[in-house]
Amino acid sequence: MKYESVIGLEVHVELKTKSKMFCGCSVDYFGKEPNTLTCPVCLGLPGALPYPNKKAIEWCIKLGLSLNCEIPLSSKFDRKNYFYPDLPKGYQISQYDEPFCRNGSVKLSSGKKIGIRRVHMEEDTGKLTHTTIDGEKATLIDFNRSGVPLVEIVTEPDFRTSEEVIEYLKKLQQLVRHLSISNADMEKGDMRLEPNISLRKAGLKVLPKYKVEVKNINSFKFVEKAIDYELKRQEEILEKGETPAQETRGFVEESSSTVSQRTKEEASDYRYFPEPDIPPFVWKKEYIDKLKVELPELPDEKTVRLSETYSLPFVSAATIVRDPNLDKIFEETARIGQGSFGIAPIDTANAIINRRVNIENKNPNEIAEQISSARVKSQISDKELTRIIEKVLATNKKALEDFQKGKEEAIMFLIGQVLKETKGKATADKVKASLLAKIK
Amino acid sequence: MNNLNNLTAKQAREGLKEKKFSSLELTKACLERIKKTDNKLNSFVTVGEEEAFENARRSDNLISGKEDKPLLGIPIAVKDNFSTKGIRTTASSKVLDNYIPPFDSTVVRKLKEAGAVIIGKTNMDAWAHGSSTETSDYGTTKNPWNTQRLPGGSSGGSAAAVAADQCVVAIGSETAGSIRQPASWCGVVGLKPTYGRVSRYGVVAMGSSLDSPGPITKTVEDSSLILKVLAGKDDLDATTSPLPAGDYTESLMANIKNLKIGVSSEYFIEGIDKEVESAIKKAIKKLEGLGARIENIKLFDPNYAIDVYTIIQRSEVSSNLARYDAIRYGFGRDRFGDEAKRRIMLGTYALSSGYYDQYYKKAQKVRTIIIDDFKKAFDKVDVIVAPTSPSLALPIGASKESTMFGELSDVLVEPSSIAGLSGINIPVGFSRSNLPIGMQIIGPQFAEEIVLQTAFTYEQETLSEAWRNLKPKL
Repeated sequence: MKYESVIGLEVHVELKTKSKMFCGCSVDYFGKEPNTLTCPVCLGLPGALPYPNKKAIEWCIKLGLSLNCEIPLSSKFDRKNYFYPDLPKGYQISQYDEPFCRNGSVKLSSGKKIGIRRVHMEEDTGKLTHTTIDGEKATLIDFNRSGVPLVEIVTEPDFRTSEEVIEYLKKLQQLVRHLSISNADMEKGDMRLEPNISLRKAGLKVLPKYKVEVKNINSFKFVEKAIDYELKRQEEILEKGETPAQETRGFVEESSSTVSQRTKEEASDYRYFPEPDIPPFVWKKEYIDKLKVELPELPDEKTVRLSETYSLPFVSAATIVRDPNLDKIFEETARIGQGSFGIAPIDTANAIINRRVNIENKNPNEIAEQISSARVKSQISDKELTRIIEKVLATNKKALEDFQKGKEEAIMFLIGQVLKETKGKATADKVKASLLAKIK
Repeated sequence: MNNLNNLTAKQAREGLKEKKFSSLELTKACLERIKKTDNKLNSFVTVGEEEAFENARRSDNLISGKEDKPLLGIPIAVKDNFSTKGIRTTASSKVLDNYIPPFDSTVVRKLKEAGAVIIGKTNMDAWAHGSSTETSDYGTTKNPWNTQRLPGGSSGGSAAAVAADQCVVAIGSETAGSIRQPASWCGVVGLKPTYGRVSRYGVVAMGSSLDSPGPITKTVEDSSLILKVLAGKDDLDATTSPLPAGDYTESLMANIKNLKIGVSSEYFIEGIDKEVESAIKKAIKKLEGLGARIENIKLFDPNYAIDVYTIIQRSEVSSNLARYDAIRYGFGRDRFGDEAKRRIMLGTYALSSGYYDQYYKKAQKVRTIIIDDFKKAFDKVDVIVAPTSPSLALPIGASKESTMFGELSDVLVEPSSIAGLSGINIPVGFSRSNLPIGMQIIGPQFAEEIVLQTAFTYEQETLSEAWRNLKPKL
């Protein structure tokens, strides 16, 4: 490989606090009538002032702690000044040189560590809709989203492949869901990501002289496509002896490509200065320690514990942990299953992972019962099953012929007939396997 | 009863309680005075007659029902940068010519809860940028004592309205001198509370780290009465202090025995008006005669504060005015006056990448040094006394020749403003040309009680002086 990719990520996560970052309005804007969740503060009316949401800051710090960040004992908000119609004050309240959290890391399954440069708090903007009204082009502004708490997580440019990026993103998504601080739903815009992508000659350690930021990516699948497209595009430019432009590009879903949005002649001048409306924060060490203690068991820790406690393969434990609700169901069911029904935890795990049992709206006791009865069902002897299969095949010659002619759906009919004959004593899996062995 | 509008808040309150007159009569008297005199003064941008009458009637009903609130039925004028629900709020800029806020500023809410009748919005320098009211898009306010003269600013409309008895009490806001300086030029009492003592919520922002709302009144006692209503932590303004507010009327007593008063020669700057100088020195002698101990102290040259203030305030202004981007409020940026444009440009420059450290950050460092300078001084003395303005009210048009007019005429109030201190202007007499002279008393942060007490003592001792009976001839 002639080039090495250098990729960093900026991820924005919207917090699901009750109220917005600096006012009492609800953050639950999805699908709401435009401009119904607003007040003088999030509309930026003259004289209105921000009052910081303590819960949101606490969650931001908890996320930072979960990402192994340092939490400086002093921090502050700054104003990021720029003009855009979705920004009612003409500035965004963000954090510049003193973020709540810095210098963290995330470990990938390969053991590689991705550095977290900073985790900071800011406010979301309103939303613009470009439309036509009475034959005239118009832009509408909805301020329902204005002021929703937003956490930005910035990594070091430590990623080398799109696979690493996706693994990191999945871990991050899982983490914020575990902390119950965001739904992190990409489609709804709860989680937004912007990779910075560049290439350098293999073996070099310095950062490339340019970087390309890609926006408009709203699914993990598209991150991969966008990164792979960019790497190829940049390599072609470098091959010609040129340097790719420092720019922001947008991902285009239809063609799985990126197009230039704006070129950065130089870094934007946001005229950052300390937000005078919010006094700086000085934390006591005990407060940060308290937040640390309050953290729930994190996904990585939980995976190891489940794997060790219940003798599960690591992959199974990881699968259970990935779903934020599954781990509790599993642990309870495994306990009851083992105690009352003599089911090994691994069997409970497999039954739950493969959805062989219905876990929707069922309590662990019911789930354990299901697993237990499923085991009983397959107690039917092979001899008895073979007898029934032979009987069914003899009375359904037409279906057998259809199947042998290549009509796949005929097998389903035969399985159904056998299950009926066994009076529910055999499982469908088992019947299918035996049936196929017989007729193939 | 004649001339009800001449009453102080305390007198009005007693008269209303004793049913000597009604709130409606009192409110009518003020509105009639406005009708009669405002064509000469131009103190008001908006007068809310109908709403005032309605509230006065409501107050009278409450008074009949034996309800007692600290400002029940008292007509109050509010500077036009305080958001008033349903009443146009322009900050004297045509950019906001037809902006009607859907909410009350905390100060207005508290006044209303205390029973006050808001009669109108007073003129000011546009966006509070100035010390003359000459930058107002609604015309210059005139000084009631001499209509050829300026009232000072930016709360010039409020100071003129109180001096001319167009209202009982007015509310102003000070960023650096905007309460004390016009109070001085108009011969009334103007209190600038400590930064964070009174909520800024709903006050059209100017210098966010400096803005302090406060009362402009006819007496020191009224000042304490209003401060008592306004002071305190506000859950809508994160910069308000959690320190409990004092009982400023209870603590008011005429006794300053052994109070240590600092006097700094740096505050009698070169070029100071001779009559101002001698009047203040005479007032200091009087305070000494009342038992205070006068100590000579050394403070930084107040001129340093001008540079610091200019950088910090312009920077904050450039950001605070960004929201008037022509998308909302109906009018575009072309409606900004020259002064606002100058401040936006200077502030934008000072915050630019590469200049931030050189200007804004450095200014903040010097600000800290000035704060420390005052701290040292207050280790030795309880309050500091100085002239409020180095000059008498200047002629109309004076600000037009100087783009730094405000900074220069506010030089003696700027250091204490950037240090966030408490301070008050009280009238101490008149010049031969019949213009008021004001003295400021500066206290440490959250020392409003001692500042008011010193002012009250001086006022009570000089009540019988002949100049106290003067009224502007309008």
